[in-house]
Amino acid sequence: MGVGIQVEDLNAWYGSTHTLQDINLHIPANHATALIGPSGCGKSTFVRCLNRMHETNPIARATGVVKMGGVDIYREASPVEIRRRVGMVFQRPNPFPTMSIYDNVISGLKLNGFRNRRILDETVERSLKQAALWEEVKDDLKKKSGASLSGGQQQRMCIARALAVDPEVLLMDEPASALDPVSTSKIEDLIFQLKSQYTIVIVTHNMQQAARVAENTGFFLNGKMVEFDSTHKIFTNPSDKRTEDYITGRFG
Amino acid sequence: MSAPAQLSPVREFLNSRGSGRLADSSFAALMLACACSIFVIVLFIFWILIRNSHLSLAAFGLKFFTRQAWDPVSGDFGALPFIYGTLMTSLLALLMAVPLALGVAIFLTELCPRPLRAPISFLTELLAAIPSVVYGLWAVFVLVPIMRDTLGPFLVKTLGWTGFFEGANFGVGLLTASIILAIMILPIISSLTRDIMTAVPNSQREAVLALGATRWEMIRIGVLRNSRIGIVGAVMLGLGRALGETMAVTMVIGNHPDIGKSLFAPGYTLASVIANEFSEATGDLYYSALIEIGLALFLVTIVVNAVARLMVWAVTRGAPSRVS
Amino acid sequence: MSTRPIQTLPLGDPRKPSRANTLRRYTADHIVTGLAVLATIIVLAPLAAILFYLVYKGASSLNFAFFTRIPAPVGEAGGGMANAIVGSGIILALASLMGIPIGIAAGVYLSEFGRGKFLGDAIRFTADVLNGVPSIVMGISVYSLVVKSQHHYSAFAGGIALAIMMIPTVTRTTEEMLATVPHAIREAALGLGVPKWRTAISISLRTASPGIITGCMLAFARVAGETAPLLFTAFGNQFWNFNLNEPIAALPLQIFVYAISPYDEWHRLAWAGALVLIVLIMVSVTLVRIFANRGVLKGGS
Repeated sequence: MGVGIQVEDLNAWYGSTHTLQDINLHIPANHATALIGPSGCGKSTFVRCLNRMHETNPIARATGVVKMGGVDIYREASPVEIRRRVGMVFQRPNPFPTMSIYDNVISGLKLNGFRNRRILDETVERSLKQAALWEEVKDDLKKKSGASLSGGQQQRMCIARALAVDPEVLLMDEPASALDPVSTSKIEDLIFQLKSQYTIVIVTHNMQQAARVAENTGFFLNGKMVEFDSTHKIFTNPSDKRTEDYITGRFG
Repeated sequence: MSAPAQLSPVREFLNSRGSGRLADSSFAALMLACACSIFVIVLFIFWILIRNSHLSLAAFGLKFFTRQAWDPVSGDFGALPFIYGTLMTSLLALLMAVPLALGVAIFLTELCPRPLRAPISFLTELLAAIPSVVYGLWAVFVLVPIMRDTLGPFLVKTLGWTGFFEGANFGVGLLTASIILAIMILPIISSLTRDIMTAVPNSQREAVLALGATRWEMIRIGVLRNSRIGIVGAVMLGLGRALGETMAVTMVIGNHPDIGKSLFAPGYTLASVIANEFSEATGDLYYSALIEIGLALFLVTIVVNAVARLMVWAVTRGAPSRVS
Repeated sequence: MSTRPIQTLPLGDPRKPSRANTLRRYTADHIVTGLAVLATIIVLAPLAAILFYLVYKGASSLNFAFFTRIPAPVGEAGGGMANAIVGSGIILALASLMGIPIGIAAGVYLSEFGRGKFLGDAIRFTADVLNGVPSIVMGISVYSLVVKSQHHYSAFAGGIALAIMMIPTVTRTTEEMLATVPHAIREAALGLGVPKWRTAISISLRTASPGIITGCMLAFARVAGETAPLLFTAFGNQFWNFNLNEPIAALPLQIFVYAISPYDEWHRLAWAGALVLIVLIMVSVTLVRIFANRGVLKGGS
């Protein structure tokens, strides 16, 4: 089950560059929210602030309040605890090269000390089915290395890996941008299936993708969030002129 | 939190795990301690050498390095013969090794046909892997007879007029030691020079070629000129290695604390005197004098190596330095 | 369009190089090429000579007795260097046990925690400089610390001396290998809520482990042939010894003692021992090269 995310006055810096300015929004639980905007506008930085991955860069810092399910993730929890509750899928698939498919999928559990074999087996099957990859790999789970799959399969495996930990929120940073159209549509299908069970935040360059999968959309520009509303409204009747310019292709 | 429906066992487990903060800081601290062990090692060597040489330092002061006497019986110690021997053998070795190393480096980076490149560079690395004592063994039984019977008389005949080849030639001596030293420092100078030359971007080579240069001119102007500093650094690293080389030199230098003009004469280096006399050093002053020599060797090689590494780094810009 | 042939430039036009100049330049080019090839041959010749002599003089002495018996008294034939081979093994095992974990940990620090920090750069630089310190200095330092205070030579002291020589090498190669692990992999682990220490061990170290093992082999091969640090620590022993607290024989040490002795029989053994030593080291170096070509180690020497 997903939880809602409340963001208040979020500011973020990389060194001296002010990458996010005064972001305020509410991401509803069990819905898919898309974040669109031109390159470099801060959408990836924003998403990385939601699971405190932003901090892994030594020159990065953030201020403000982010409440996930009512918990202030910066003051009431440690980064490691938060990241265990939030799944993340990156732009390029990043399977662990020394592990088999099986080990890759349950890495979030095994590396945190989980040992129950039966539940691990069940989790692998559940996650790979959710990621629509089960049929393709079920016979080679322990024989094939995670890195030996095709790009689209690797990304779906990374999604399975993120889902295996039963997260409350699933963050996806342009998950299909490095993939071919067939894989892309498979991933969009599964986002559609999953959004009723998890809170999904998806960063995308592709406006049609946002329109297809997300109920709500936020438009970012130059580190600020210009507009946040239902997808239907953003794409048919945006309130802000800049949003309109972006979606009609005048820039970006 | 929103009213939890039945949490899955996975979620329950993960929620119960701690923040890992303690483990992270302990781990980082442990790793840091191990990394600092390198500082500790250097400081420890410095400290213990100073501590154990204070007798000699007090007795002779800095004049220790300008005095020529080395008489354990009467307690009279001076390191000048060893400094002379070390410098002579090292410089002679460099004289022989640097042109050859440059030649090999030029051959391997610019002239060698591609399929031969890997095997030949592998062979030069094998040279670096041969232990000092094996070089010494070979030098004693092969090089010394050659020097005594063939090379020595040849040099007397051709270069005797220079005055460097006077006196009896028993095969052991400064020249033999320099030759084996040259063979030993060749690989490091050559492989570092190769690294430096390969670090020069191809655009430099192409620019010179486009002006109509011959291959040698391209190498000279496009590559060597750009890597001058780095090559000096590589040569200095070879010098650093030569200064401290012990076993092979000890076996063929003759081990006699003399300062003479002839290259056939036996000599002594800082490292060899320690190797030869340390276990028999009776008396605290004798021991202390040898430790002081070790201290001098330590400081000199540290300085030479530090400067050399800085020069090489300046050219390769902190690319992973070749571990030697 | 003119049909006249293209006019040749008049003699003396500075744009046209003189034939003599061109000839000189091309001759220089050929000479340098020849010199470079000559240099390579001159450099490789001692390698061939040394290997040849080792086999020529040493192979005939490699019999069963050589590998199983200790040195015979002077004048008697038929001794061996078994105690030296085993002694070297013991000292090297001690050195590796002490040096490799510390070196790998230091490499982990430099790569995972010390990137871009001044302390990291200082440690890296110091490691490189430490690599250039003569091994005899290490030997007399460990003597002054351990042997002098214990009043006896020991295998343990020899192990320490070799360990402090291994540490900088292992540190640098570990760091280099960890740097080849793509950052995306670490991010994947961190994103799953794996703590940093677990990421460093189970992800970074595990991914880079082939290269790290190779680096350790390099360090091992390098100290296996070292004599000077053992001269005043392990000291050598003509008999069997398995007590870490007593002097112990070592292969390079024994070769040295035999080589400078006046006895032909011992010279023969020295050649044989040198051959064994070289074979072991060359096998390691070759293995490293094979791994390097297959794996990620670049430029190891």
